[in-house]
Amino acid sequence: MLAAVSSHAAGAARQALGGSLTLAAAGLQRRGLAASAVTVEGDTLTVEVNPYKVHRIEAPPTTVTATKDELMSYFKQLYRLRRMEISADMLYKAKAIRGFCHLYDGQEAVIVGLEAALEKSDSIITSYRNHATHVARGGTVAEVIGELMGRTTGASKGKGGSMHMYRREANFFGGQGIVGAQVPLGAGLALAHQYSDTGGVAVAMYGDGAANQGQIFESFNMAALWDLPCIFVCENNHYGMGTAEWRAAKSPAFYTRGDYMPGMKVDGMDVLAVRQAFAYAKKYAVANGPIVLEMDTYRYHGHSMSDPGSTYRTRDEISSIRQQRDPVEHVRKLLLDNGLVEASVIKGIEKDTKKEIDAAIEASKAAPFPDMKELWTNIYAAPLGMQLRGIDSTHVETLAA
Amino acid sequence: MQRLGALLRRSQGDAVLAPQLLRTYATTQMTIRDALNSAMDEEMARDETVFVMGEEVAEYQGAYKITRGLLQKYGPKRVRDTPITEAGFTGIGVGAAFQGLRPIVEFMTFNFSMQAMDQIINSAAKHHYMSSGAITCPIVFRGANGAAAGVAAQHSQCFAAWYSSVPGLKVLAPYDAEDTRGLLKASIRDPDPVVFLENEILYGESFPVDQAVLDKDFVLPIGKAKVMRSGTDVTLIGFGKMVGYNLKAAELLEQEGISCEVVNLRSLKPLDREGIAQSIRKTHRVVSVEEGWPQCGIGSEIVSIAVEECFDDLDAPPERVTGAEVPMPYAANLEAAALPTTDHILAAVKRVMGK
Repeated sequence: MLAAVSSHAAGAARQALGGSLTLAAAGLQRRGLAASAVTVEGDTLTVEVNPYKVHRIEAPPTTVTATKDELMSYFKQLYRLRRMEISADMLYKAKAIRGFCHLYDGQEAVIVGLEAALEKSDSIITSYRNHATHVARGGTVAEVIGELMGRTTGASKGKGGSMHMYRREANFFGGQGIVGAQVPLGAGLALAHQYSDTGGVAVAMYGDGAANQGQIFESFNMAALWDLPCIFVCENNHYGMGTAEWRAAKSPAFYTRGDYMPGMKVDGMDVLAVRQAFAYAKKYAVANGPIVLEMDTYRYHGHSMSDPGSTYRTRDEISSIRQQRDPVEHVRKLLLDNGLVEASVIKGIEKDTKKEIDAAIEASKAAPFPDMKELWTNIYAAPLGMQLRGIDSTHVETLAA
Repeated sequence: MQRLGALLRRSQGDAVLAPQLLRTYATTQMTIRDALNSAMDEEMARDETVFVMGEEVAEYQGAYKITRGLLQKYGPKRVRDTPITEAGFTGIGVGAAFQGLRPIVEFMTFNFSMQAMDQIINSAAKHHYMSSGAITCPIVFRGANGAAAGVAAQHSQCFAAWYSSVPGLKVLAPYDAEDTRGLLKASIRDPDPVVFLENEILYGESFPVDQAVLDKDFVLPIGKAKVMRSGTDVTLIGFGKMVGYNLKAAELLEQEGISCEVVNLRSLKPLDREGIAQSIRKTHRVVSVEEGWPQCGIGSEIVSIAVEECFDDLDAPPERVTGAEVPMPYAANLEAAALPTTDHILAAVKRVMGK
């Protein structure tokens, strides 16, 4: 949570950082999406994605094909995730959501590209910026919004909140509040896949802020020693809360931080580049062991709803990314500019999605809060009839047998 | 008995032979080490998802030889040496448990578990609740807890109080070989995260075990204290090594005409509140004995139970015997002065008896 920064201090900070911010902004802007070199044949589109930067591995081809149906499904999902996060912003400001709320808008291409390449039998674990992950793993917008509003219809029946959504049936393990802790957990998911010979992988996602954590390097070490089928993914949105990557990391080349492990830096704003990278990484991980992917991505919102996100970066930087690299716009353009679909169809999708979100909000507002007895449920899988204390000596709760 | 002794000595290192020999003979002695080893061995044979991980558990045969023979029997996939990276390997164990395996994570001592505290509490203990039951974590964290001998301040802390305060964890502390076998097997079969607090000093100590305890399906209930010795004048409550001290004190006090009921907690979370209260209401006096620090220790909770639930039945204020409120010193005389002795227990009993 970013502490309140006076506008004077913010102005001073911006001036002091001005040089480095402009430089960084230029770097982020320089790589617009590779919208050139697109060819269409029937319903199939072939496009060149931005080149991958690689460490100890050959890059996958940058020529990617996608069908109209694939692009349509990516667009629907990208648009849905975008609108969902925007509605969460609105609900938070209206005080319908309490506590922390970390939004993913801008980063959608990462999770959509991942899901396009992997199976639900592969496991995922991520940070607290997990609303989109829940939906991408097969959850509903209503479950996300319901959870944010603390209702029983929420992903965790109202007991987890924004940071703690899970879908066990889809091998989605949350939703983790402690920066970096999800990475050893992800390596453990991979160990289980290897132990049980599932042929699948585990994906452990973390941010540039988490990337310097010791436990991540401990995980890298064990994953590499034991050849675990683990894809470590650094979602580099360039700011760990209010601290730019170059102020936190001596080496912000996160795809190389696995040292002895191969790594790849990916244009994280392009769903096709991401899909290609994950397909390649999964094949590698299953055959050989762990690999690090760095997603070059961006979050439009601040770190959380408590952070305006504009004291440590310029509004110009944010808007130029939005203009040049927006993941939703990119797919919309691919579909429209190449005549794959009529503008009216896109409009229809947008309209339906807005209706879906609105319905989810209405349903969540009408949904009940958890029953009081839920205070005492699911503490243990086998509660053994134990007695736990309530607020005072008059309340001893006896759990189920 | 001599023949059994010779056979057992020759079988040392054979995780299969020792229990078989023991089963052949009617009255048997078993060390805590063999109790731990045989419990893990049987549970690994019973369930393929059970595996052991930790420092030196495999090729070194265990820092304290607790996992002796298991690598040879089950192979390196199921008996896994880790680097000295507790935060990382504990998280890996928890993640493996989330995905459906049943890891036994050995901490060489629980002092090192502090490096992994976030994974034990925020990852293992709380997930079932945060996910409203979707995620389970059937993991066992086990290892040596509390004071050893001459290992000084950073290697002597007791973690019973810290872990047992956390809802979502189960915390067990065995005393004898029967406790050890029954509670460890129950822990491994339990779907929740269990912290299993052993005592290094007791690893080599032998206890009698009867046939039933040697059965491969012998489990003890989690959450039930055991009355080791029935008595009428005062209740002595402890766990782990202190149960032995309480039993010794009870023998000595009997000669002075004081009848002690010795309660072996076995389970620190859940605490057998009813069992504890029942004993206190029966004897009207209670002395709690532990090696850990006094402030917010297990004894604090025992005293709370005595006062909150048994006030009208108390004939004297409850007493606590604890470790001294100091980091553990190295010099032998200072170390001895920092830990409870039977004399302290005798004196506390006489105080509550008004003698």
